[in-house]
Amino acid sequence: MNGYSDALVWGIIAALGVGTFYLRFSFLGFLGDRQLPEWALRYLRYTPVAVLPGLVAPLVLWPSGTGGEPDPARLIAAFAALGVGIITRNTLWAILGGLGALYLSLWLVG
Amino acid sequence: MSDSTAIRDAYWRGVRHGLPFLLVIVPFGLLFGVAATNAGLDLAQVMGFSIMVIAGAAQFTALQLMGDHAPVVLVLAASLAVNLRMAMYSAALTPHLGKAKTWQKALVAYFMVDQAYALAANEYESHREMSRAEKLAYYAGVCTPVCPNWYVATLVGALVGAQIPPEFALDFAVPITFLAMIGPALRTLAHVAAALVSVVGALALSFLPSGVGLMIAALAAMVTGAQVELWVARRKAVQG
Repeated sequence: MNGYSDALVWGIIAALGVGTFYLRFSFLGFLGDRQLPEWALRYLRYTPVAVLPGLVAPLVLWPSGTGGEPDPARLIAAFAALGVGIITRNTLWAILGGLGALYLSLWLVG
Repeated sequence: MSDSTAIRDAYWRGVRHGLPFLLVIVPFGLLFGVAATNAGLDLAQVMGFSIMVIAGAAQFTALQLMGDHAPVVLVLAASLAVNLRMAMYSAALTPHLGKAKTWQKALVAYFMVDQAYALAANEYESHREMSRAEKLAYYAGVCTPVCPNWYVATLVGALVGAQIPPEFALDFAVPITFLAMIGPALRTLAHVAAALVSVVGALALSFLPSGVGLMIAALAAMVTGAQVELWVARRKAVQG
């Protein structure tokens, strides 16, 4: 991969693997029945919605497929995926809705 | 009913409950294989991700930030932050499985994907009479269709990925996958507020080196989510 040596890529994979395992093993393995304090649970609840939207926003506004130019078809697809996900609460339908909207609008726009 | 029959029943109930999730796991794994291959990872590295990390959202996060040439520390920090929820899963399963043998808990931990946690937590709450062996068997049952197919789907995606022509706009499959995970997660006002802060913060700070703005925006978003939750709870308490 560009900018990373093979060894570095493997280092990232291994570190993520070990780190993720420890997160999953944490309470089961080390902490037993001790409860997390309420304030910590409150922050943990919001980690996915704190990281993923910020990660995806620039990809939607400045997509790599068009060299970073905003693209109506991709914007429509993004709103479709988000909207279908909110309405159906189902990730698979949201992916299908987003891809469907993407191909439909790419075909309509040209 | 003898113990071994009950355990076998629990296992197959888990398999049955896990099967529908193939509809999510397989397309998601395919996409990861395609995206990772197109990003320049070789087959062993792509499979290394899915086998050693076995967490889709974190894998996509790492892939995206590596594509942006973010510093390694930030790649790891953002991807592990996406996986912090798994410490919650671990805490929630501890009352049920905390007294299992260490090797059993290590296997439970390795296979602790969203679907396994969600199904198991629900099953254990609604069938409180289950023995620990039955609970472990149910968990193994859920993982049987879900986890191996994550590897298989990744492999297929990696093998066909390079042959998919650009007209299919697969560059945008990754953003769509992220958005598809965000929609169902917007459960409360606090979740929506956190997501908005994350988006605005990441866009406003996008001039910073890749990954840095995202970390700052994510921290601000977590604080926002927690504070809005407290605020809503206080309002309810005042009105009630």
